[in-house]
Amino acid sequence: MRAVCWNGKEDIRVETVPDPQILNPRDAVVRITSTAICGSDLHLYDGYIPTMKKGDILGHEFMGEVMEVGRAVKNLKPGDRVVVPFTIACGHCWFCEHELWSACDNSNPNALIPEKAYGQSGSGLFGYSHMMGGYAGGQAEYARVPFADVGPLKIEKGIEDEKVLFLSDIFPTGFMAAENCNIQPGDTVAVWGCGPVGQFAIQSAWMLGAERVIAIDRFPERLLLAQTWGRAETLDYEEVDSVVDVLRDMTGGRGPDSCIDAVGMEAHGTTLGARYDKAKQTVRLGTDRPHALREAILACRKAGTVSIPGVYGGLLDKMPFGAAFGKGLTLKMGQTHMMRYMRPLLERIQNGDIDPSRLITHRLGLDDAAWGYKTFRDKEDDCIKVVLKPGSHGHVLAHGGNGREH
Amino acid sequence: MTQLGQAAMIFTGAALMALAAKERSWRTLGIAAAGAPLLYRGATGRWPVPEKFAQSASDAVSPVPIEAAVTIGKPADELYRFWRQLENLPRFMKNLDSVTESDGRHSHWVGRSPLGFKMEWDAEILDEREGKLLSWRSLPDSDVQNAGTVFFDQAASERGTVVRVSLDYQVPGHFFGQAAGKVLSGITEQQVREDLRRFKELMEAGEVATTEGQPHGVRSFVDIKNPI
Repeated sequence: MRAVCWNGKEDIRVETVPDPQILNPRDAVVRITSTAICGSDLHLYDGYIPTMKKGDILGHEFMGEVMEVGRAVKNLKPGDRVVVPFTIACGHCWFCEHELWSACDNSNPNALIPEKAYGQSGSGLFGYSHMMGGYAGGQAEYARVPFADVGPLKIEKGIEDEKVLFLSDIFPTGFMAAENCNIQPGDTVAVWGCGPVGQFAIQSAWMLGAERVIAIDRFPERLLLAQTWGRAETLDYEEVDSVVDVLRDMTGGRGPDSCIDAVGMEAHGTTLGARYDKAKQTVRLGTDRPHALREAILACRKAGTVSIPGVYGGLLDKMPFGAAFGKGLTLKMGQTHMMRYMRPLLERIQNGDIDPSRLITHRLGLDDAAWGYKTFRDKEDDCIKVVLKPGSHGHVLAHGGNGREH
Repeated sequence: MTQLGQAAMIFTGAALMALAAKERSWRTLGIAAAGAPLLYRGATGRWPVPEKFAQSASDAVSPVPIEAAVTIGKPADELYRFWRQLENLPRFMKNLDSVTESDGRHSHWVGRSPLGFKMEWDAEILDEREGKLLSWRSLPDSDVQNAGTVFFDQAASERGTVVRVSLDYQVPGHFFGQAAGKVLSGITEQQVREDLRRFKELMEAGEVATTEGQPHGVRSFVDIKNPI
């Protein structure tokens, strides 16, 4: 089959590799009909996630048709259409039984690496480094899905891939980010980053009863989508001296009740601190550039919540922890507990409450993946979300920013 | 030093140096540096160090105590019964090929050392308490001397069972000397932890998580920075 393989920093190659096989009784093999490039894949592309190996198959946002199931999988059969969550969970450990799916004890064969680095290991993830299990990902024609009796969500016919594909990660991730804010009537929620997760966090904040949503970014097409689709007030951080001051003013001196960092470890910024982060990360003196997180902590109102769906990997420098303590903030973060959210959010899509396909700006064949990564990373061509169609062998199927159309 | 040990050293030393020579760079210098003394010792029977130091380093190695524990969400009785069926052990102990019980107390074990050499030994059960603990030791003249106990203790508030292994392990291949023995025992301790993790996976999830046999693109020949 054809598969998108990581070959080093900024080196994506589409290679011909063997087809995946059933390896364990609870496995399934899925023929992939749609798969997306995630913002977190860009951390791999930029070489900031350790324990990647040349030849690793990327991708953790995918859906398709079940081709084959292992003997212990009773709830799926060949021909079923499924969306596959990016976290792999066994369904039977203490964490799975408490719906803490991304903390599953039994799905990471390389758990000893995060145990050394983090103390304990989270669940295995598709296509996201050997530290997170080394599982082959879903930017390919086929994928093996472990614990297939737990993760995959069946999708009836009659609803197109593009409406449900983002149940594999970014919609639940944005939703959990908003849920973690514990939104109360009258609350203002500020969202750093108007990429795909930020857009879903904005949508979800409204669903959960926010009074106001303020979105922060610097790319016009993303800010525009946050205004039109997201109905958010927007703030271009390049046009203000201090995001924290502006947010304080916008909220009558209180600060936003909740702040969502949908940016993560590769934040950009205009301040001295942001440039210092970039310099240190470049020479590997720092692992993460937590500029957005610092702002979120400083901006948040007293006793408010900072919710962090953005990915961090290592040690964060100059974190204003005194501010977090002094204001009595609640910090909530982590990989998404996917299986809590997939079915309820599917119902919202079926009810017509939300059409996630509004995010998609680029539809490409699998062989155009390298171009897709670069374009997405560089935010060229008004790129917001790239979907790859493994079935089609043509070149660029359709692209062009859609932010301005809405 | 046994003939097998000598041959293994020459082979390993030569292989490491060949590997280093293939990719001549600063990155592979360390591999060459690791290979050279092995080759020397294999060929001459001596480490390339002053005789006095080498002598003290190869003195008898004392058993290394190893402790590891895991919490498994199953009743102690069920876990005990699975473990007591010694033939089950190779299903989660990676370096074990087979265990054959000859009677209620004695068994024959076939496995591999941390460096991959085949080893065989006989063991006897010293103590067994249904659902509580199991103690064993290897018999004299085994390739590997070990004695240990596995305890099954109920965890707090329905969190299952704490399975704790306590092991005294005579590190094989003591011709590596005391310092190398410590390294090997570190590897062994990690293996015990990994075995317990696989035991938990098998008991809770019904299978051991794996990626062995999955597809991937072209790998690089040596990936020093990312050994996993």
